[in-house]
This record gives sequence, structure tokens and C-alpha cells, in this order.
Amino acid sequence: MKMNGAKIFVESLKKEGVDTIFGYPGGVVLYIYDELYHSDIKHILVRHEQGAAHMADGYARVTGKVGVALVTSGPGATNTVTGLATAYMDSIPIVVFTGQVPTNLVGNDAFQEADIVGITRSCTKHNFLIKNVKDIAKTIKEAFYIARTGRPGPVVVDIPKDVTMDSTEFSYPDDIELPGYKPTYEGHTNQIKRSIDMILASKKPVIYSGGGIISSGASKELFAFAELLKAPVTNTLMGLGGFPGEHPLFLGMLGMHGTYAANMAVTHTDMLVAIGARFDDRVTGDISEFAPEAKIVHIDIDPTSISKNVEVDIPIVGNAKSILAEMNKLLKQDKRLKGFVRESEDWKTLINQWKESHPLTYKETGKLKPQFVIERIYELTKGNAIITTEVGQNQMWTAQFYKFSKPRTFVTSGGLGTMGYGFPAAIGAKVAMPEATVIDIAGDGSIQMNIQELATAVQYKVNVVVAILNNNYLGMVRQWQSLFYGKRYSHTDMSHKPDFVKLADAYGAKGYAVEKKNDVLPVLKEALKSKLPVLIDFRVEEEEDVYPMVPSGASLKKMLLA
Amino acid sequence: MRHTISLTVENKFGVLARVAGLFSGRGYNIESLSVAETLDPAVSKMTIVTNGEDKIIEQIIKQLNKLINTIKVVDLTVTGHVEREMVLIKVSASGENRTEVLRLVDIFRGKIVDVSPDTFVIELTGDEEKIGAVLNLLKPLGVKDIVRTGKVAMQRSIQHNTVDNK
Ligand SMILES: Cc1ncc(C[n+]2csc(CCOP(=O)(O)OP(=O)(O)O)c2C)c(N)n1
Ligand SMILES: [Mg+2]
Repeated sequence: MKMNGAKIFVESLKKEGVDTIFGYPGGVVLYIYDELYHSDIKHILVRHEQGAAHMADGYARVTGKVGVALVTSGPGATNTVTGLATAYMDSIPIVVFTGQVPTNLVGNDAFQEADIVGITRSCTKHNFLIKNVKDIAKTIKEAFYIARTGRPGPVVVDIPKDVTMDSTEFSYPDDIELPGYKPTYEGHTNQIKRSIDMILASKKPVIYSGGGIISSGASKELFAFAELLKAPVTNTLMGLGGFPGEHPLFLGMLGMHGTYAANMAVTHTDMLVAIGARFDDRVTGDISEFAPEAKIVHIDIDPTSISKNVEVDIPIVGNAKSILAEMNKLLKQDKRLKGFVRESEDWKTLINQWKESHPLTYKETGKLKPQFVIERIYELTKGNAIITTEVGQNQMWTAQFYKFSKPRTFVTSGGLGTMGYGFPAAIGAKVAMPEATVIDIAGDGSIQMNIQELATAVQYKVNVVVAILNNNYLGMVRQWQSLFYGKRYSHTDMSHKPDFVKLADAYGAKGYAVEKKNDVLPVLKEALKSKLPVLIDFRVEEEEDVYPMVPSGASLKKMLLA
Repeated sequence: MRHTISLTVENKFGVLARVAGLFSGRGYNIESLSVAETLDPAVSKMTIVTNGEDKIIEQIIKQLNKLINTIKVVDLTVTGHVEREMVLIKVSASGENRTEVLRLVDIFRGKIVDVSPDTFVIELTGDEEKIGAVLNLLKPLGVKDIVRTGKVAMQRSIQHNTVDNK
């Protein structure tokens, strides 16, 4: 049947199983919006296109499905760039459709023209400009395929207005023609065998796992792997939730604000098994002193991640889930396993001493502590909520004090560190999973970066809870100024800001302010039952710092402790 | 170390920008880059000359492979290959210089492709060494301008054959 491009667009999305679009209209996407008028695809009208990209991202992180955003050309498109870069750094599958000026005007500096394909080339996994209505279906198929396969990532599809108006026969292709794109999934058998030999010959093993566990759905396999080896596990920020946070083998997060035990363990290990993690500088600190005594096995789906920062002994390129399953199978039959577990007992005793001597903690003063608030959120939700964060101290305390136990329950901008991410991501998550409890643990600075989405949340009754750890500062930056810049708090004072309770009220949401410890639990309980989105202004200790802290570029063993 | 990389890509909109952007975005050097269609018009071949430590070259090759439009990447430096470059050289040629220039062109099997009363434009093909040698000989005579194509390179069919008729 002949259809115009806009209709083909919508039909193609249906073929991809898209149920929700986060979008914002404008001149060049009017044909598409006209189609959406009749369509049963749910469209969430955001208040800023950055919000749309982050919502699609939040949707993708909690479901594992591809998140979708739709925006107009020029400013609509450029407003999504931060969202794309955020998704790119964290390998999150989203497809952002941008309208473009008509093909005959492309390159003319036409009204609301931006070269979005050029602009987003380095912050997308791939991008497309569709020049002919005949290419819409095929391109959409490729875009979704590229976004979700291999190492996932964001894809931009730029569609000129005339292409959405032109007509052609619609048929959705069955096959993909991408001669240059063939991700490796199966690990090399020999490498897997060699890595088992290497692991079983070690005495002080550590498993260091990241976001790859979450994106490949490998948490069960990781659990079995750790249990077989009885090996301690540390997670990157992106990896949290991939291993149960309360498990005795769990060390907590490693890196700049990692636990003492995790950082000591990777410093002294003789066998580091890195899985779906990329040796980011926030994780390794001084790279020359990272795991200096260790042999390293590195499992990753992306060959460019391997030996990029750290030389490894055995690289295994492929999907973490299938590789771990294979390793577990081999381990179960291996006669050396018992002896290995026995031999590594002393190591675990040492690790437990580190855990006991330097647990995550904070000093009680008279004031409300941000960590206390997070502990109460954990207590109340029993680790069953979806938690998003903003960026800064709020994010690090959440990573430390909320004991994530399930994959896809922690949603945070790790690689890019995007303030303003957590709130729209929470909305995206809650739209995807309306039954889930979704809480954005926010900072007073960050929440102001995408606060406009409160209108979106109210409009669509997306009842997320925003717990603002209001310290009147751009706290994390203030912490650096306090430690490394002689306490000169240059432009980090955030005390000028709206009254969050009134603000919530103005948007038609519900606001609370909490100053006393005793009010934390009751207000949280009320918030979780609310029939409206909720902002809670937790007035916390202003100059609280996040510890432990490894100063930027220092060795992991040089932790500053509380 | 210097590496010559042969890159086979889908001949699609923006591919050159993706490759160039990869080098500039990650701070890798491009010494030269040449690109054109292959026998199959849907496929292009690029020859890229770059330099860097082994670790950087390894990353460059992996990153090139990671581009969706990349079909194949070969580091020719580690395989038997032939490389050629073409250069156009505008050289002063008046009086007795003229015969000296002609003599050199002849020796190096170049061609005169443009003539004026006091200049020649020489077309010369060869590997880097040869082009360097000719330029050195011509410079004292007065080289006014040069344009180089950048290297093109091809893997040898038989890898142990090292005969290279320059
Ligand atoms: C968009 C953006 N701009 C700037 C920064 C740099 N930055 C990192 S943390 C931070 C402070 C965040 O303040 P707030 O949201 O109040 O969180 P807190 O650290 O106080 O918990 C800043 C400015 C950033 N990460 N993102
Ligand atoms: Mg703050």
C-alpha cells in the first residue's frame, strides 16, 4: 500500500514494537505529528527536548528496550545533544528522530536548520540522514538494530520534511544489510580456557564488573561465577545492581569514591577479572598503580575497550552473559576449584578486615545528614525501587549507601556525569514501569537543570518522587574547592533558589520540606503513597563531604578517609 | 612508527567525515589520506598514513573497525604491500636549467605535463623514497610548487614476493 513518509515512519515504529515516544513538535515534523494524532503509540509531550532524550534513556535503562525520542529540526535537535552524549558514554540504546528542513534547503542555512548529523557524529553510535521516502523503513530498521546490538548506544535519524510528505509503497524489510557491522558475541574458546587456568592459579582474585553485566543481562551468570570461585566482587558505578549489594562477597563500588575494601582489594589482588568494565579514570586513579600485582582477564563486547587504558593478559571479546555461562560450565567440572577456594581463604580474611576497619560511615551531628536520608530510602523500599540520581555528592552517596540488589534498578549518568539527568530519566523509567516505585535522589543544583519536566510528570500522572538533598551548594564542586583550593568557594553557593515546596505546588505537584531526622521516614512514606509527583526538600548538612575520596589522578591506595 | 592502513568502507554519505572525525576527535595524526571508489561503486577504499606508538595504532585500527560503515581494515605495514604516490612539481626551467630538468625527469621516468617559457610541470609517480630523491635534486633548480596525492597502497598477492619495480 502507498503511504506518505510520516505514515511509514509510524508504521515502522510499530514494527519495532515501540509503545512510547518522548517528543516535542515543530514545523518540520508536523506530518509526523499529524500521523501520531490518530496513532495508538503513546506520546509524552516533554517541556524541553533534553528531557525527551533523557526520558528515552531512562526508559531504555530500566527495560533494556530501545528508548525513542522525536524532536524538530535546529534547536529541537541541538537540545538533544547532551542526552545523546549521556547515552553514548553509558552505552544506552536510544533512537532520536530529528526533523530536518526540506532536502532542497539542506545546506542553505535555512530557518531552523542545524547539521545535526555533523554535530552528533561523535556522540552517537551511528547516525543517518534520510534523503528519500523509500529509505525510511530500511533506515529505521537499521537504526534500532544498531542501537540495541553489540555495545548498545544512541542513534540519530534525521528526516527532512519533504521526505515525510512524499509517498511510496510501504514494506518493512526482514533483513538488515550492514556489511561492516557484525558484533562478536561468542568468546574465543581458547581464551576462555586459558583464563580459567589463570584464575585458578591465583590466590587473591577480585571480580571487577561494570555496566556490561547490566546491558547483557548477565547478573545471574555473574552471581554463579562469584559463588563458584567464592571470589569478592566490586562494581563500577554503572555496574551497581549487577551483583547483590548485601552479599558477603560484595565489596561495594571501587574508584574515586569507592569503598576502602574495594580499593585495597584491587590494589593488592593478583588476579583481576574485569567484566563489562572499561578501566575509566574515575575507577583506576593513577593508572600505573592500578592493580599493579595483578594478572588481568578482560571480558568486553567492545574490542576498543580492551588494552585501551590497561594492558591485559587475556582479552576475551564477546557478550558477558554467554562468556560467563561458558566459564561457569568449565569451572563446575574443574577439579582445581576446591583447592583454589581453600587457597584464597586468607585473602578473604584480609578483605573482611578491611571491610570491618573502614566501613562506609558518616558522623552524626545534630543536623540532618544526606547519607541518613538515603539509608531511610533504602530501608523503606528494601532495595526494590528504581533509583535515579543527579550528579555530584547526591550521586556518590546514593552509590555508597543504597544497596542495589537487582540489575536495571540504578539509573545514573556515569560516563558523562550529566546534571539534570536524573529527573527526566526517572520520568522515563516510571512511564516504562508504572507500577514501580521510582525515586530521583537529587541535588539542589542539578534539579534546577530540568525542573520544567515537573509539568510533564504532572500532566501524565507520572508519580515519581524527587528527594532533593539540599545542601545549598554545588556540593561536589565545593568539596573539591574545600580540599584542593583552600576553601575558596568560588561560585558554588546555591542558596539562591526557589522554595521547592511552593514550586511543586505551582506545578500542581506535591512538595515537602524536611529538616528533622524524625520527619524523614514519615514524609517518605507519604510521598510513596502520593497520587501526585512529589518534591521533597531535605535540608541537609551543608558542608558534608563524600568519603572515601581518591584525589583525581592519585593512586587508589591514597584514599582520604572521613 | 609510521603505518599505512588500507580501509574498505561502504561508499555512503558522510563516511569520510566519520573517518576524519575519528582521527581528530581522538587526537590521532593523519599524514595522508586518499580515497576513491573501487570496482564496486558501493564500496570505497581509503589509504591512510598515520603514525603513533603501537598502542595507538592498535586503537586506531580497532576504532576504524568499530565504525558501522567500515567493511575491512588492514594494516599494510605488517604485510607485503606496494605503495605509490603521485606528485605534480612546478619547477623553474629557463636557460641551461631546462636541459638539466629534462634529464632528471627522464632518469626518474617522470613526465612533463605542462610547459611555459620559464617553468615545467612534472608528473612523477613512485614511492616515498623516489619522490623525496627527485625533490631534493630539483630544489636547487627552483621548485615553485608541489601537489601530492597522498599514498595509495595495495597488498601484494603473494606475500613473500618482495620485488618492487620502482
Ligand atoms: C551539566 C553539568 N554542569 C556542570 C557539572 C559539574 N558538576 C559536577 S557536580 C556539580 C555540583 C552539583 O550540585 P548539586 O546538584 O547541588 O549536587 P551536590 O553535589 O550538592 O549533591 C557540578 C556543578 C556537571 N556535572 N554537569
Ligand atoms: Mg547541592
